[in-house]
Amino acid sequence: MAKIFAITLILIAIGSAIPILRHTWWISEDISAHGRPIDEQMSETMAEAGISFLASQILLAIFVWKYSQPRPGERIRSFPGGATGLVIAAFLLVGTEVLALGVFGAKAWADIYLTPPSPNAMPIQVQAGQFAFYFRYPGPDGIFGPIHPEQVSEANQNFFGLDTTHDAASKDDIVTAEMAIPVNREIHLLMHAKDVGHSFYVPELRVHQDFVPGLDLSVHFTATKLGKYEIVCTQLCGLGHYNMKAYLTVMSPEDFDAWLKKEAALQ
Amino acid sequence: MHDSSAHAQVAHQAPTSFIRKHIFSIDHKVIGKQYYGLALVAVFVGMFLSWLMRLHLGWTNLAIPGLHLLSANGAPGDLMTPEYYLQLMTMHGTIMVFFVLTTAPFAAFGNFFLPIQVGAEDMPFPRFNMMSFWVTFAAFLVLIASFFVSDGPTLGGWTQYAPLSAVGQVAGPGQGTGVVLWAASIAIFCIGQLLGSLNFITTTLDMRTKGMSLWRMPLSTWAWFITSIMGLTAFAVLMPACILLILDHVAGTSFFVPSNLVLNDQLQTHSGGSTLLWQHLFWFFGHPEVYIAIVPGMGIVSHVLIANMRRPMLSHRVLVYSMGALAVLSYMVYGHHMFVSGMNPVSSIAFSFPTLIITIPSTIIVLMWLGSLYGSKLRINSASLFALGMISMFISGGVSGFFLAQPSLDILLHATYFVVGHFHLVMAVAAIFGIFAGTYFWFPKMFGRMMNESLGKLHFWLTFVGTYCIFMPFHYLGLAGNVRRYQAFVDDYTMSLLPVHKFITVAALTTGAAQFIFLYNLIHSRFWGEPAPDNPWQATSLEWATPTTPPPYDNFGGKLPVVYHDPYQYGVEGSAGDYVMQNSAEGVRGSQDEA
Amino acid sequence: MATTVHEPSIEDPSRLGTTSGHGGWRNLVPGEVELRAVEHYAPPPASTGIWVALAAISMSFLALTSALVVRKGGSFDWRHFNLPIILYWNTAVLVASSVSLEVARRQVATFMGGQRQKVQNPSRWLYVTLFLGFLFVAGQYVAWRQLRAQGLYLATNPSSSFFYVLTAAHGLHVLGGLGGLIRVLHLLGKFVLRRSTLDATSRYWHFMDVLWIYLLVLLSIKL
Repeated sequence: MAKIFAITLILIAIGSAIPILRHTWWISEDISAHGRPIDEQMSETMAEAGISFLASQILLAIFVWKYSQPRPGERIRSFPGGATGLVIAAFLLVGTEVLALGVFGAKAWADIYLTPPSPNAMPIQVQAGQFAFYFRYPGPDGIFGPIHPEQVSEANQNFFGLDTTHDAASKDDIVTAEMAIPVNREIHLLMHAKDVGHSFYVPELRVHQDFVPGLDLSVHFTATKLGKYEIVCTQLCGLGHYNMKAYLTVMSPEDFDAWLKKEAALQ
Repeated sequence: MHDSSAHAQVAHQAPTSFIRKHIFSIDHKVIGKQYYGLALVAVFVGMFLSWLMRLHLGWTNLAIPGLHLLSANGAPGDLMTPEYYLQLMTMHGTIMVFFVLTTAPFAAFGNFFLPIQVGAEDMPFPRFNMMSFWVTFAAFLVLIASFFVSDGPTLGGWTQYAPLSAVGQVAGPGQGTGVVLWAASIAIFCIGQLLGSLNFITTTLDMRTKGMSLWRMPLSTWAWFITSIMGLTAFAVLMPACILLILDHVAGTSFFVPSNLVLNDQLQTHSGGSTLLWQHLFWFFGHPEVYIAIVPGMGIVSHVLIANMRRPMLSHRVLVYSMGALAVLSYMVYGHHMFVSGMNPVSSIAFSFPTLIITIPSTIIVLMWLGSLYGSKLRINSASLFALGMISMFISGGVSGFFLAQPSLDILLHATYFVVGHFHLVMAVAAIFGIFAGTYFWFPKMFGRMMNESLGKLHFWLTFVGTYCIFMPFHYLGLAGNVRRYQAFVDDYTMSLLPVHKFITVAALTTGAAQFIFLYNLIHSRFWGEPAPDNPWQATSLEWATPTTPPPYDNFGGKLPVVYHDPYQYGVEGSAGDYVMQNSAEGVRGSQDEA
Repeated sequence: MATTVHEPSIEDPSRLGTTSGHGGWRNLVPGEVELRAVEHYAPPPASTGIWVALAAISMSFLALTSALVVRKGGSFDWRHFNLPIILYWNTAVLVASSVSLEVARRQVATFMGGQRQKVQNPSRWLYVTLFLGFLFVAGQYVAWRQLRAQGLYLATNPSSSFFYVLTAAHGLHVLGGLGGLIRVLHLLGKFVLRRSTLDATSRYWHFMDVLWIYLLVLLSIKL
């Protein structure tokens, strides 16, 4: 029985590792300017976690195999080095490992979150509400008109609660249901939650940020590859949560200008 | 202030009426069994809910025959609605975390065995103990009652993030009465666990028998003691949080609801509340809670393994210190649940380091287990198999923690199935394996009968392989960016993942079915199992030193044991057996832990 | 070294002791009618238990305190209001009740010590404490009524929300303490009161006192 356990365990451990090694299911291809340290951190962590996983499972299997059929009269033995050795090993090996992961991980994080957006980053506002994203481009004046919560109305298609009759800045704002951005241009995404918590997750873009009601946050990023990607909500927001998504199209600057013009005409 | 002479009088006389004996009993052993029974009911309810969820995820448009009987609104024409899926999911999480993973390893086994393992007749406040169970039971009923309100239970997930949980009905089905019942249930549950923790801590500190110094307590006792300290602080924070949540609902306050929310085109009247406040309060409880679930499992597994390895741990104290370190660190790491929540990014880094550091005590615990296996005389039986399985699960679930501890990787993995795989393995399955190990090991003492070993092993193999088949693929899904808490997968990039979901569903149904072997074994052995000897595993701690099996009303038949040794005197040469019991006056020279 | 070597049994009487353990309460049944001074071998669980309970209560109020700080810090809708003056009178009443309880505790201790003649009625000061305790609760209720009269309800403003929540939570705990006092009086009347019960009750009561002063300071600074 112990041998079956050992063999099963080793099979499970190796079987679990194969899809990881073969990248059968793997993180999506990075299309962001900032994603590289994250991906490197991912591979690094995967290597260390994978080795820890395989080593401990196989060791467990070997020990179970080996020590489950003692000869009669055999005395029990202690692991060489005893508890002290193992504690020191844990501190040295795992301690340095996690410290390294922590330091490099913190650096990758700080590069993204603790650097301000460049002043000429393109501002786009995204509003999350049950169960759709809406986007707003400031238009030629470069200013977002103020939001009037009492005027927000799905019924009247006034998703942001804009008062275009009184607010000059709102007049040229362009509201869209899909997001388009020019490639290789930094985007400063201003996030606003209309009702409950939502999240903005574009795996390929390595961007993931919750919308916090009552607290307008922002993220900034640069997409480096043309294409159409999905923005999904990852913060449980109600019954339509699974279906809350929008498309993000990364366009060439010319296409983007054309698209924006077309959208402006539709307002 | 609450002790009374009445306790002293009843402590020695067993009650005779059925109600005092089996229902409103103040005997810690009966209360322990009651908790076990509650957890058993809860775990099958929770598992049933997960079956429905998995069926729906694998085959979204499949009509599940008879589902409309459960909820006419939630499953018209036997087809599960999106909100009903989320309601089942929320109830699955809540029932499992609170009423299984907290009650079974901690409250059930702890109640039955902690007083016996320290050589006490009972807990110091038996009536609080009785109240603790019945309050917990009431909490369970309140939670289940939310299935029967018009729009069903809450759909907000077991974490109940505000403002979804706090704005009321307008946020969706179940967000009105459902949330209030949920929060009331959890607040009541907290009272029960606070009363339980009070008893556990006081028993450990004050009720130890002669010679039972702190370091002579078995590892399971240590684990329950450490857990009860965590429980005392964590539940004391969750309870006021739940009360504030209820007030936001019923009294119109704005603790968690900010201004200017527009739901259904209606501007909400709340103003100025902080949604992150709920997350801070919840996770300050929530992270210790996962250790409340797993630390007793660690203690139980150590206890079970030692008896089956026929040797003590490499170091008793290192294991205790490591569990203590987990408890202390568990309060400093909760922010890792909130890396992308909009919390200050500097806090994310500050929370990342303790989260990574917590792997050190966890690793030490695993290394102690592995190092103790080396050179042991391992016995293979259902109990030890589940204990070994728990170690394997804990390792598998633990390594994925390396990823989730880092905010930069959380960008990719937060709220994906990777997280679901991680916590299911490391706290849910590992804790459940601990419960199984404890059950196979202690059942003879609890019920006076042996469990069926062949069925136990069959149960182990199906469960062990099955759980890996369920939860390993979760990690792959998460890497591919599959978001959790979706009732169906409609994103383009998730289409290729559907076969994985179908595989998981089949594995979940099979593994779930295997649990009925356990249920059968449990019930059959309870009534028709072979009578158990007093010490079937030749173990050393005091629960095996009771005069009868199951132990008499006052545990030791009026004569409390005196303790001479450290808890695990195995591998003793020259003795009649290879072990010396804690209450045996036999001397043991050169024992490593005696120093 | 994991292997242990077995040697013949040592009969050391000092290691054997009596059949009873260290534990407190099971050894402590009082005499037939007379109260006896019972000195305990180990601390009775009530005196440990009360500290554990107080730790849990402190934790809950700490959670509410941090909720208050966070809620106030992150919002623009916080409105200051003046605390009703009666709260300070209530504070004096609660402090007085603590003093009277301490007097009572010492008297009962002397009484239980067997010197019955010296103290005629040890429960008198307990009744004073009980009265002052109820007076405090009534005073808190008056404070609520005064705020109501000013139009400050639970949901009016976060400041009033926290005021009601904190005072209600504290008030409920005080009511629990009053229940404990009534129990002490009941046990004393039946001559079955134990020192540990009385001590634990008075510790709880003093703690309610300290907690209230803490809350008052918190409210006066933060509201």
